[in-house]
Amino acid sequence: MDDLIKYAPDLLAGFLENVKLSLICGALALVLGTVLVAARVAPTPVLRAAGTLYVNVVRNTPLTLVLAFSSLGLSDTIGLTFSETPSTNSFWLVVFGLSAYTATFVCEALRAGINTVPLGQAEAARAIGLTFLQSLRLIILPQAFRTVVAPLGSVMIAMIKNTTVAIAGGYLMESAFRMRDTFDDTGVSIPIFLGLVVAFMAVTLPVGFVTSRLASKLAVAR
Amino acid sequence: MTEPGDPRTLVSLRGVNKSFGALHVLKDIDLNVARGEVVVVIGPSGGGKSTLCRLVNRLETIDSGTITFDGQELPAEGKALARFRSDVGMVFQSFNLFSHKTILENVTLGPIKVRKVSKEAAEKRGMELLERVGIASQAAKYPAQLSGGQQQRTAIARALAMDPKMILFDEPTSALDPEMVQEVLDVMTGLARDGMTMMVVTHEMGFARRAANRVVFMAGGEVVEEGAPDEFFDSPRSDRARDFLSKILTH
Repeated sequence: MDDLIKYAPDLLAGFLENVKLSLICGALALVLGTVLVAARVAPTPVLRAAGTLYVNVVRNTPLTLVLAFSSLGLSDTIGLTFSETPSTNSFWLVVFGLSAYTATFVCEALRAGINTVPLGQAEAARAIGLTFLQSLRLIILPQAFRTVVAPLGSVMIAMIKNTTVAIAGGYLMESAFRMRDTFDDTGVSIPIFLGLVVAFMAVTLPVGFVTSRLASKLAVAR
Repeated sequence: MTEPGDPRTLVSLRGVNKSFGALHVLKDIDLNVARGEVVVVIGPSGGGKSTLCRLVNRLETIDSGTITFDGQELPAEGKALARFRSDVGMVFQSFNLFSHKTILENVTLGPIKVRKVSKEAAEKRGMELLERVGIASQAAKYPAQLSGGQQQRTAIARALAMDPKMILFDEPTSALDPEMVQEVLDVMTGLARDGMTMMVVTHEMGFARRAANRVVFMAGGEVVEEGAPDEFFDSPRSDRARDFLSKILTH
């Protein structure tokens, strides 16, 4: 318990990094996932193929490899840098990798949602003269989103937990890495371990609760 | 029937063929619809009536032949196709109202997003149209809260809101409870009287007799017979039409 109190400020600072990563990646993944699903249902075969390829490759690659690729491949080899400061640079590389990865799950959840929207909705949208993008944006996606709020919540929970593998992208500031670092000094401390678990649950449980409440509230009556 | 080059012709199908896989649903269809004309398409199920209706606003594509609307061949895709569709209303068998939008929003969406009408103007017109089809008091409700007949009348108002040059009706009363059929037919009869160009696929023979200028009888993917309603119902020329009518009119 003393260990937990002693290292709490450091661990909390680390945990705030997890929260920061979660907020930024969550927002980016939702945007990118929506763009991906638009590509996957687009009338243009090339766009559909590109979307499918991206999702199948990235979704089926282990996250540690995606992050390692961001850091070692994109940054070190190709030279993609977000900042001169190494820790800031690796923060954004992790944001890049984790968002790109999570977006594929967002895309697939949304695509499942689109499949629940009756075909007649799209036909009616086209029949009043809406373009493909308009009918997607105004008619199809709003209904799809409402049906998959709960699964999207699961995607977000998984993503929040996935911020603890940021080390694979070379980012050493988040809480799980700090915890292991601390264990090197103090030996394994169960209170520290449990403290971090509680911190994560304090974020993930509400996400699950709120999204399932929203899901029943937003459900589209047919 | 008007000729393709006639300025009174609004829609003209020439040698149109359509197959779904091995199923040849429409065979060499030639058909014109004049401005202000009400054409009712009847015939046995699976005869290609709905497909014919859906071809006219290109919800289905054709395999061969030509379809012209207002003298222009139908645009194949993109913005031009969307613009064309905004001029052709469509009323579906299953209503297809936008489930997540209110009744009023269903009617104003097209004018606002496609015609770029202001929200105020679109709502004012929308309420007038809902008044006309008799459901203004339901404007703030969602489609699932309305009866089938009310939903279908909303769908007609939604089509009217675009000021279409023509409205296609694809079996508009087939999914309705019997007591709601009449309220929808009344609205349609009113439109016909006001001079709206309409193509109506239906099994409502009473409506066909009352409101149609011309009845087109389709079976086996072909236009078997067409003519004025009285003429068609009282003295059908083809055996298939006689057979069909004897089955539906005797009870």
